[in-house]
Amino acid sequence: MTTGTINLAAEAAASEHRTLIITLFSVFVVITLGITVWAGRQTKDATDFYAGGRGFTGFQNGLAISGDYMSAASFLGIAGAIALVGYDGFLYSIGFLVAWLVALLLVAEPLRNSGRFTMADMLAYRLRQRPVRTAAGTSTIVVSIFYLLAQMVGAGALVSLLLGVTGEGPKRLIVALVGIVMVLYVTIGGMKGTTWVQIIKAVMLILGTLLITILVLNKFHWNPSTLLGAAAEKSGQGHKFLEPGLKYGIDSTSKINFISLGLALVLGTAGLPHILVRFYTVPSAKVARKSVNWAIGIIGGFYLMTIALGFGAAALVGAAKIKASDKSGNTAAPLLAEYVGGGPGTTGGAILLAVISAVAFATILAVVAGLTLASSASFAHDLWANVIRKGKVSEKNEVITAKIAAVAIGAVSIGLGMYATKLNAAALVALAFAVAASANLPTILYSLYWKKFTTSGATWSIYGGLVSSVALVIFSPVVSGAPDSLFTGSDFHWFPLGNPGIVSIPLGFLLGWLGTVLSKEEPDLEKYKELEVRSMTGAGAH
Amino acid sequence: MDPAPPSATPGPPTPASYSEVEASPEFGELRHSYRVFAFPVTVAFLAWYLLYVLLSSYAGGFMATKVVGHINVAFVFGLAQFLTTFLIAWIYARYANARLDPGAEALKARLENRTASVGLDPAAEVPGARLENDATLEDRS
Repeated sequence: MTTGTINLAAEAAASEHRTLIITLFSVFVVITLGITVWAGRQTKDATDFYAGGRGFTGFQNGLAISGDYMSAASFLGIAGAIALVGYDGFLYSIGFLVAWLVALLLVAEPLRNSGRFTMADMLAYRLRQRPVRTAAGTSTIVVSIFYLLAQMVGAGALVSLLLGVTGEGPKRLIVALVGIVMVLYVTIGGMKGTTWVQIIKAVMLILGTLLITILVLNKFHWNPSTLLGAAAEKSGQGHKFLEPGLKYGIDSTSKINFISLGLALVLGTAGLPHILVRFYTVPSAKVARKSVNWAIGIIGGFYLMTIALGFGAAALVGAAKIKASDKSGNTAAPLLAEYVGGGPGTTGGAILLAVISAVAFATILAVVAGLTLASSASFAHDLWANVIRKGKVSEKNEVITAKIAAVAIGAVSIGLGMYATKLNAAALVALAFAVAASANLPTILYSLYWKKFTTSGATWSIYGGLVSSVALVIFSPVVSGAPDSLFTGSDFHWFPLGNPGIVSIPLGFLLGWLGTVLSKEEPDLEKYKELEVRSMTGAGAH
Repeated sequence: MDPAPPSATPGPPTPASYSEVEASPEFGELRHSYRVFAFPVTVAFLAWYLLYVLLSSYAGGFMATKVVGHINVAFVFGLAQFLTTFLIAWIYARYANARLDPGAEALKARLENRTASVGLDPAAEVPGARLENDATLEDRS
């Protein structure tokens, strides 16, 4: 056989899997849009739009939370990181999972009991409405935009890799399409439609991952130790591949950078706006607790499977081939799917590659929809209705404003996503977690559990945490001064860590305390008693 | 102060009733039961997680110790983090069902139905009040 015919065969196989990917993905989009239209017909008032009518069960919401949480960054990113740097890739998933205990033990139930639609509802209960809603609304939108951008950048990169298209044109087209579909989900289906999209996506993702995991483990006779040994051998790193340190153990700076990342991961989840609003979609705090427990089970199981995926990719596909396809390893999972399906050029390989790629697209689409909904809800409910219009606005007007905001946020993220393709998706997600942990979590915990907390404390903490985490990243090697920085032409970095959490999270807590003790403002103790009773008992809950 | 006549449908509780409940021994007990579980457990799992992060960064030799086959201490500790997370979630759910929910429900019933059940013995009002409560909850959802 000549090389010419081999190339032709490969080309034919490539176009075959391309058609399959596009077909499967289109089926997902059509089905979910159909459900969105159905959910839209049942969306009548603000509670339906923002909170899906509060009618979801614990299991449904647990799946939806998992759908919102398991972004492409964790599916493709963690599998890829494990495939390339071994054990250090696995460290991410542990922080992502343990973080749920903060949400379970300290945040989910009191938030469900004392708020209506947004994170700021709970804060505004005992603090002064306008300043605290302005601050919380701002940080909600900033966190969501960073997270949205990460997914958009990921979508663009994924498309060029999986569909084999190069050049900026097709990438931008895909970013625009993702943006348009997500805006349709949110504006037509509201929270009810978006929740069903998350549920379907979560089920697809779990089943897809489970299938690959079974096929991988089967190749190693169901012995995890054999799998690890094969991965270590093929990596060329030997036993180092199975130990911490390949990525984060290089020098003392990278070690501190890792601790900083670990802090942001474990404390960020309970401050992510698109996760917090999910607690409002169930009828009571008890169901919110159940949904978090389901989510912990589902997300934990998923991360356990990513270990098999990552080490499986390292053992079967090999780092060299993964790196040739994508430097940061994002295509490790799809390439592994192709391998366990029978290898490149086989029908089984093409089908599995297409399935996993379609799941990855569905994942991105669902996550961006959840983010758009949370940020547009905060804009309409916090900034527009309660700050700009001082509460003098009808529910109908508020929901229309939320839909307009969703279109605007969609347009902004499409615009940024088209031109920000140089941004690193993982760095953006880490930044979103750092902002959530530094700006949102201190204020949430202080308002729930510290009697003397005041409005000044809240605004100091939110703005201080927000500004410090973003500023530290701007002056870090993520933006300038390193070979893989955003700007390679100039160097204005002075902060050595790519992850700001180790400084900005304690600062957020410190500023909340300082703002409270330094201001002359008297805390509203009667309101705090009310909040305490409501958050613990669910009396008067919406 | 009780602004609504006894015949009125249960409305939102007035602030006065909130501070009454806040000062009651039942609420004090509920708050104590919650905090005595949630706060120490949070400190414990965060400390355990930080220990794991620090060991991964600074105790490479120890983490590299082989346990079985290619599985080393780092994997055992990592999987132990998964296990403790599942375990804490499960234990908290059991604890909350048994120790927190009944007290919270009773107080909630007292708050949401106080205007409707004026003059009744607080102990006797609970079962009936809970039924009404569930009904209003369903209306809302």
